[in-house]
Amino acid sequence: MPETTMRAALNDALKLAMRDDPDVFVMGEDIAGGANAPGEDDAWGGVFQVTKGLVGEFGRERVIDTPISETAFLGMAIGAANTGLRPVVEIMFVEFFGVCFDQILNQASKFRYMYGAHAATPLTVRTTYGVGGLSAAQHSGTLYSLFAHIPGIKVVVPSNPYDAKGLLLASIADDDPVLFFEHKAMYDVVGDVPTEAYKIPLGKADVKRRGDDVTIIALGRMVRLAEQAANQAKAKGISCTIVDPRTISPLDETTILECVRETGRVVVVDEGHPRCGMASDIASIVAQKAFEDLKAPVSLVTPPHTPVPFASNLEALYVPTVEDVTAAILAVVNEQGNKREK
Amino acid sequence: MALSNEKLVAAYSQMRLIRAFEDYLHEAAEENNIFGFAHLYAGAEACAVGVCYHLEQTPQDIVTSTHRAHGHFIAKGGDVVRLAHEIFGRRDGSGGGKGGTMHVADWAVGMHGGNGIIGASAPHALGAAFSAKFKKTGGVAVAFGGDGASNQGAVFEAMNFAKAYALPVVFVLEDNGYAESTHKTYTTAGDPVSRAAGFGIPATAVDGADFFAVIDAAGTAIERARTGGGPSFIHCDVPLFHAHFEGDQETYRADGEVAKLRADRDCLKNFRDRVIGEKLVAEAELDRIDESATQQAAAAIAAAKNAPQPPSDALYTDVYATY
Repeated sequence: MPETTMRAALNDALKLAMRDDPDVFVMGEDIAGGANAPGEDDAWGGVFQVTKGLVGEFGRERVIDTPISETAFLGMAIGAANTGLRPVVEIMFVEFFGVCFDQILNQASKFRYMYGAHAATPLTVRTTYGVGGLSAAQHSGTLYSLFAHIPGIKVVVPSNPYDAKGLLLASIADDDPVLFFEHKAMYDVVGDVPTEAYKIPLGKADVKRRGDDVTIIALGRMVRLAEQAANQAKAKGISCTIVDPRTISPLDETTILECVRETGRVVVVDEGHPRCGMASDIASIVAQKAFEDLKAPVSLVTPPHTPVPFASNLEALYVPTVEDVTAAILAVVNEQGNKREK
Repeated sequence: MALSNEKLVAAYSQMRLIRAFEDYLHEAAEENNIFGFAHLYAGAEACAVGVCYHLEQTPQDIVTSTHRAHGHFIAKGGDVVRLAHEIFGRRDGSGGGKGGTMHVADWAVGMHGGNGIIGASAPHALGAAFSAKFKKTGGVAVAFGGDGASNQGAVFEAMNFAKAYALPVVFVLEDNGYAESTHKTYTTAGDPVSRAAGFGIPATAVDGADFFAVIDAAGTAIERARTGGGPSFIHCDVPLFHAHFEGDQETYRADGEVAKLRADRDCLKNFRDRVIGEKLVAEAELDRIDESATQQAAAAIAAAKNAPQPPSDALYTDVYATY
């Protein structure tokens, strides 16, 4: 399998979906870029170049640069999905849902329930999240738990290029509205990715490794940190299971609980805010359904309950690190770690 | 515009059915309100029916609606029996009883649903128009909205998008003067036609109690959309014969205001006077329609009143296609 970046894997998935199904189109701000401007067409290919080259292959009928009107174009994509098309929309940064959230909260999520089984909204919305590049408070958040809270929406959080491609193809083929979260600091991460099309089912966790002592459940970019921390713990004789849920709605509770029961110790690593977030949700599920199997309190590794700061020292302090995860692993097995003061 | 007797009879039948249906609903609400927030459409029948007069009652042409959706549902060809069942929260309603009065829909006839969030449905009409253009179906989308929605950003964004991308959509503003209990003169700057014209959208204002004025304006706008001319905007001034919602005591209205609207601006009376005067439809035929529409409305509501509620497991179904 060729080694491919996350960006290229996502780009490949979009091209394959568009070649396979003429009803798939992509839309967003500057996803080609350069429209009616005096310079190059396809000038940007998306702010992170994930959609680069699509307009050359599929034309502006299927690659639509929009005005900065998230409500209009997200709502339009919903209406297009309701009338036989399969839109893939990009909301450039997850914070931008602040101006169009109604279209997710009250519209796409509820049509089937309110209007009946015939009311399908086969919509995929790609967005970016996460700390990276000193993007500050309005372009760095990890807000996927807001969407997992809403019945009727599916939420996908890939952690590597292979999963990203298979999950995006599955999302586009899905008949429900799917929110697809891409970590902006992961686009250059490389991994082995097959060239052909394949789908990874939504709702199936991936057990990255199995161990005896601690189960780490990590999401998105935090999966890599978990792997590095598990390696550090291994040097101290602690073996870890790592579970990557891959989708948080649906959430593969079965796999999470099975792994938790095997080790009895749990660390959840999440870049999202700590209140009402995925880390606390997973901890709650574990407490309700595997309490008797726990040998230690569930440990959560998250940022503090603050917005994301700009200054590089504060940003570094904000986001969980490998050392934070290692410290949490050691703590749940009653060993001393280097936990940072926050 | 040449008007066939057959089409006029069909239009009057729909308008009378909306009126009769809501008269019965109003009575039922007075007895024992079991509808939640029911917003009656009566008074604006000529607007829904006049616009839908030019649309196919199929998924080719789409309407997106508002919280005041009963009129649009019937005008687009939805089944009044399923409508009644939905409003009463019954199993056999258009949404299986899980949508209710504000969320009545029948996508098979192109009625894409009432919507409880003001202005939110305008972008969905863009999407339907985009699909029509993308698939070259010749279809048109109509975004109904009220004067309240006319102050929502979603509607302005939709108008800008529709014009910039030349989508086959018609924005119909049903202006009854009130955004809930607050009068438009307190909240609204400028005038709706100038606002739409500011986007370069052909915009016109008509008396929404005059069916013939509505079909003229809608005919022009829908033809423009069908032939690739892009969006249009129609401002329909409509009277509101009931309260904002059933149960509202209407203390914001002047004494005698509604009685005067009913006397002076009744679209059904206007229609009758015109077609009888111009000998387009015989008075006796109109009387027969009145009687049969009233019977049809009564039967729908009687059936819904006694129909079964959804089964308990319906709580969990149709959240997702698969999960």
